[in-house]
Amino acid sequence: MKKTVLIVDDDLDYLYQMQLKVQGFGFDVVTAEGQQDAERIIETFKPDLAIVDLMMENEDSGFILAYKLKRKYPDVPIIIATAVTAETGMTFDVRSEQDRQWIKADLFLDKGLRADQLHREINKLLKI
Amino acid sequence: MATLKILVVDDEPGIRSGVSRILRDFKADFPFIDEPIGYEIHEAESGEEAIEIILKHNPEIILLDNKLPGIQGIEVLEWIKKNNIDTLVVMITSYASLELAVKATRDGAHDFVPKPFTPQELRASIENSSKHVFLRKMTQQMHKEGKQIRFQFLTVLSHELKAPLNAIEGYLQIMQEKQLGEEISAYDKVIDRSLERITGMRNLILDMLDLTRLESGKTVQKKEMVVLNDIARNAIDIMRPYAIQKDVDVYLNASKRISYLAYPDEMEIIFNNLISNAVKYNIQGGRVDCMIREEDSTIEITVSDTGIGMNEEGIENIFHDFYRIKNQETRKVSGSGLGLSILKKTVELYEGNVDVSSVPGKGTTFTVKLKK
Repeated sequence: MKKTVLIVDDDLDYLYQMQLKVQGFGFDVVTAEGQQDAERIIETFKPDLAIVDLMMENEDSGFILAYKLKRKYPDVPIIIATAVTAETGMTFDVRSEQDRQWIKADLFLDKGLRADQLHREINKLLKI
Repeated sequence: MATLKILVVDDEPGIRSGVSRILRDFKADFPFIDEPIGYEIHEAESGEEAIEIILKHNPEIILLDNKLPGIQGIEVLEWIKKNNIDTLVVMITSYASLELAVKATRDGAHDFVPKPFTPQELRASIENSSKHVFLRKMTQQMHKEGKQIRFQFLTVLSHELKAPLNAIEGYLQIMQEKQLGEEISAYDKVIDRSLERITGMRNLILDMLDLTRLESGKTVQKKEMVVLNDIARNAIDIMRPYAIQKDVDVYLNASKRISYLAYPDEMEIIFNNLISNAVKYNIQGGRVDCMIREEDSTIEITVSDTGIGMNEEGIENIFHDFYRIKNQETRKVSGSGLGLSILKKTVELYEGNVDVSSVPGKGTTFTVKLKK
């Protein structure tokens, strides 16, 4: 059965581009246009993986959404996509145990990531 | 020639005289300065003496040894930090332990020079520090002159310009990789969105030009008697296609023709901004009323809409550069976030003011008063 990826981003262009990419990898895609939209969707729908933008309605929307997603579906891997690195020079990573405790994401990815790299990371998280 | 004061703090006389010798005839020159920088060297053999000299001479750069007979270099650094001394510290250390380096950096050390150092190493470090001192002075100057705000503005602006570029680049890549197949019609949405983002970017640039023109205070036109009814009518016509699309009716109410001594393009800015906002942030099938009234000493322009309205937070920030209300209703509306900031600045040129009242879900009314 095809796996379904939930993509959440408030930038409609990025959302659409990401949707095309992930569909191109052979997954089904459900999109949400922001944190609130996504919260509504996950009430009744469990994706196999979620790709969440960090800054949406608020600067930490991605963190909050990831937290809520993990609480409801602890086994769904979450990728937080961010352009923060490119814009602020700050880097995030969730390798350390300490980070994992409060950041409920499995992976941070830069938004400029190439399609093949993204595909590989998704497969890794879905254990394909 | 500009001169920077350097204080050398070291208990070894050989180091102090060595530094003096190396820097005596040294000059730092940068493409962005008018004249090269020369140096005046002061010497201290202990931390205590260093503090005295710092208070007396305000050196711009301090070369600081850590191992000193009395108080340690790192304590001098702490003292500098605590007393908010405006100076730049370069640590000279024979062995820089990681711990010391971390602490010194945290306390504001700018650079490290290993001991023993070659003349080249010292000159390179001083050159680098001088550049830093110079730039710091420039920034302080900018702060004083209020140019820092300008800088922040440019930072946000570059972000706003980058976003559409990223989107368009993404779409072009989709086409380049033929992600949607060979059929050109499959790319309709991709092309539409790219064009929309380009339009948004162009509008931002046009707004920017308005703003620059306002702020530079230069205008090529002459003030003349402007018939505000005509300007309003024109602004409504510009928005007509969009209003029809959204099924929004726009009405102009004025009991007579009202003339006002002004720059026509500035009156256009006022009406275009008010009317385009009233249409853009309206609901399907909504209505816009533009009223122009002449009082004894003022002209009053009121634009009301039956649109989505905004809350207190929105009202508070709506005139700030690049502020945009983000919610489900506004997400598909494009805008630079500069329009109302430009409007406000324009109105102020006429010793006027602009007020806004709004009820979320009901609508918004802007009232502009211009002094006659």
